[in-house]
Amino acid sequence: MDLKFILEAVLFSAQKPLSPAELREVLGSAAEHADAARAFKKAKLDELNAALEQLAREHELARRSYRLVCVAGSWQFVSQPEYAPWLKALVGEKIRPPRLSQPALETLAIIAYRQPLTRAEIEQIRGVSVDGVLQTLLERALIEQVGRAEVIGRPMTYGTTPLFLEYFGLRSLEDLPAADELRRVPLPKPESLVTVEPGLATAPPEQLALAQIEEKKPTADSSATENAE
Amino acid sequence: MAEYKVQSEVFEGPLDLLLYLVKKEEVDIYEVNLTKIATQFIEYIEVMRELDLEMAGEFLVMASTLMYIKSRELLPVDQQAQTEGEEEEADPRWELIRRLVEYKKFKDAAARLQQREAEQENVFPRLPARVEFESANPPPRPAVSLFDLINAVAGVLKRHQQREAARDIFEDKWTVSEKIELLRQLVADRPVLKFSDLFEQTTSRTEVVVTFLALLELIRLKQVVVSQPAPFNEIEIRRATTVTAPAPEFGNRAAQPELPSPQST
Repeated sequence: MDLKFILEAVLFSAQKPLSPAELREVLGSAAEHADAARAFKKAKLDELNAALEQLAREHELARRSYRLVCVAGSWQFVSQPEYAPWLKALVGEKIRPPRLSQPALETLAIIAYRQPLTRAEIEQIRGVSVDGVLQTLLERALIEQVGRAEVIGRPMTYGTTPLFLEYFGLRSLEDLPAADELRRVPLPKPESLVTVEPGLATAPPEQLALAQIEEKKPTADSSATENAE
Repeated sequence: MAEYKVQSEVFEGPLDLLLYLVKKEEVDIYEVNLTKIATQFIEYIEVMRELDLEMAGEFLVMASTLMYIKSRELLPVDQQAQTEGEEEEADPRWELIRRLVEYKKFKDAAARLQQREAEQENVFPRLPARVEFESANPPPRPAVSLFDLINAVAGVLKRHQQREAARDIFEDKWTVSEKIELLRQLVADRPVLKFSDLFEQTTSRTEVVVTFLALLELIRLKQVVVSQPAPFNEIEIRRATTVTAPAPEFGNRAAQPELPSPQST
């Protein structure tokens, strides 16, 4: 018997999403009661993870109406979104809190990618106060206070909760789209900026350092477009 | 007036407004003409003031930054004020563009999160009912006698005696009927309950005794069965299988198979 099919059967019947550790417990206690199950008693977490990944891939390739997903570290079967109309007819709308507002989503995105960080750091990026928004996110338990920054005043730092992963159907924080890009990579500064047309200046033309700007323009242009991409 | 419709759109903050202006110019952020944008930005602020829209102080801070940048552009390089010590002060244009690009990225990330949020509303997890295996021939389990039970509870009581010495005095608040309810719930939630699980949370001898009496009562009512998988193993408690509701219903139907339904004729 194949480990992945055992896991499939267990997850198919499970009452809640199961983590690899919980699945291993099931394998262990099955081995106590049935001789046939003994072979899988000592399955390692790596093996479990590999089997689960493969199982998920196979379901994906089979293009069924459901798939195996890992959300916040636990595996479960879920339906594909395109079948929602019929499932809603069957079980009714899912009970979910109201959708998040634009400011809340922006703030949440900043926290998710840059955590842990302070309120001041969030405001630095958003350019606007986030007091009320932080309160909403805390109340909805999508973020939590994770510690204090070692700067003057020791302000609170914030991070996302497991509920955040569940709410957005994410496996882990690594699963966030473009995670590596948004984490902490500073933007490269181009050699020079061409943000102004020399002609706009009202100073006498002879006083303008026109030649200087024109000299730099070609290199700046190319580096600017590179950076934009 | 047509212009006002767009302008009264509520912007999240000064960076949001700046991004909007850059987008309207249809140029790359790195190549945007900040002087032109600065003028537009101030125009927007004036319109917002005219419309009595609540404006955060951050807008004014941004406006002053833009004006500073604009004023610098108007001065030839050699006439610009140099901050002492620094051979070249940080270009305020670059600082602003850096913030704009960073903000834009998070705005895009927020849009992707929003997309996922909407998608999650359409994803339904499989939540099966509890699988109940009706085991046709339950494996032989040695029955547990009353003495075994008393022996087991004596062990628990002994542990409590040692703990009892230093304990605050509480009012005895446990009743057998409450414990019966609790036990019923426990066996409904879990297939097998270990004897020691019952006494994990107990705080006093009285509570142990009350819990034990509740267990005896449930055994008498045949709601639970106790067994011991092997000699010297821990005693296990599980729900009695005979008291489930659907069973008698099936029996009735089998007894009167010919009963015609009123609508069928």
